[in-house]
Amino acid sequence: MANRWKNTLTDRDVTDESVYLNRRHIIAGAAAGLGLSGIGQSASAEDLEPTSWEDITSYCNYYEFGTRKDDPSKYAHMLTTEPWSVKIDGMVDKPGDYAFEDIMSKMTVEERIYRFRCVEAWSMVVPWNGFELADLLELAGVQSDAKYVAFETVNRPEEMPGMRYPVLEWPYVEGLRMDEAMHPLTIMATGIYGKDIPNQNGAPLRLVVPWKYGFKSIKSIVRITLTDTQPPTSWNKAGPREYGFYSNVNPEVDHPRWSQASERVLGTGLFARRQDTLMFNGYAEEVASLYEGMDLTKFY
Amino acid sequence: MTLSDLINTGLQRIPPWAIYLASVAYAGWLFWLGIDNRLGADPVKALEHQLGEVALYLLVIGLAVSPFRRTLGINLLKFRRAIGLACFFFVVCHLLVWAVLDVQRLDRVWADIVKRPYITVGMAAFVLLLPLAITSNNVSVRKMGAAAWGKLHKLIYPAAILGAVHYVMLVKGWQVRPLVFLGVILGLIAWRYLSKLPSRQSTTREIL
Repeated sequence: MANRWKNTLTDRDVTDESVYLNRRHIIAGAAAGLGLSGIGQSASAEDLEPTSWEDITSYCNYYEFGTRKDDPSKYAHMLTTEPWSVKIDGMVDKPGDYAFEDIMSKMTVEERIYRFRCVEAWSMVVPWNGFELADLLELAGVQSDAKYVAFETVNRPEEMPGMRYPVLEWPYVEGLRMDEAMHPLTIMATGIYGKDIPNQNGAPLRLVVPWKYGFKSIKSIVRITLTDTQPPTSWNKAGPREYGFYSNVNPEVDHPRWSQASERVLGTGLFARRQDTLMFNGYAEEVASLYEGMDLTKFY
Repeated sequence: MTLSDLINTGLQRIPPWAIYLASVAYAGWLFWLGIDNRLGADPVKALEHQLGEVALYLLVIGLAVSPFRRTLGINLLKFRRAIGLACFFFVVCHLLVWAVLDVQRLDRVWADIVKRPYITVGMAAFVLLLPLAITSNNVSVRKMGAAAWGKLHKLIYPAAILGAVHYVMLVKGWQVRPLVFLGVILGLIAWRYLSKLPSRQSTTREIL
């Protein structure tokens, strides 16, 4: 059952490729904010403009390829993404290795234009293509006692030069509560701007949970495990005081080392104003109910 | 003629002011790249980080002057003041980009300095550099006397360590690059205490 959630932003349908590929240069050449008027109609009242392909694919946090923002775009070509399969196991009716092609043949791919907010206080707008995680989980048959979903990134030191350094404990792991995983906003992305997702952005398939900090959206997934206990997550293991299991975007709960009240919007130039960060990254209407009654300063 | 002689002869021909010129030109060029949108998706961070990193490189080079001369016979003493002042210049640029282009609001700047340990540490390093920059001229050396001046300028050691710690603290996780900076800086300072040569008196005199 795809299409549970509708974009309020559909201007991408009329965005010409030559325009979005060079957006940063257009902005650079025009007076701030005026250079965008030619790019489709802004369907949304919030005026959410997708970040350029160039910026989305060159500014990445994917530490398996190195900790610099341009390392992933330099080295991710080393990763073999064909063939690819995802092991789905744990509390499911049909555990097994699911070939990427088989998954894709059964899923409905949609476009979702989401805000993407990094824990480092920068943000983008990404026009993802992908399918709802709920559909994939239903394919495997989630058992009723499963409470959490654990994810694991591919573990290939020979193809991922950043893994030489113990910046994090490898492989990268993430997790969601079942209701978060089944939420219609939660997708597995397989493309950006209608093209196959580049390796540096998490090919061939990655999680996207738009109301959480970017590091929750684990890349290049090889394993999904349904469990009844809260799974360990990489950044939480590395710094439990700084990165919680939930990691919902929250302007009122600061990272211990920096404020989360505002963000720099990527691709807007050297003199752009910071933007106020929105509760749940602007998706409060859709997801705030999931956390009702929870102390978000405690469950950060 | 040994290799170090050859290098020293070559260095003789470079005037110290070339370092000031190169520093201002490089900072200006970086800023222009930012304006021209050639610093990537996040030009503010790119500029901020590059300026900070250049300052750290200059700190390392400045601290390496004595060990270089003692162990390799390469003499960079005549550049040491320029290296130090260039380092301070990049620290000031780094600070300005952070405050004006990144944080953008004075109340937030202050809040960060008080509240965020890595910024507190970076700011402490800056404060320690201030008296060094102010007294980096011949008049100050004469007025203070060589011994007192030399003593004051020992502040470069804690400043350098704080600068590197600032870098280690601000990145996510334990990254290699900042740790290498910290290691090299600690090593260069340790060398001064470990090397048998009586360093203080003689180096102070040689600076003059």
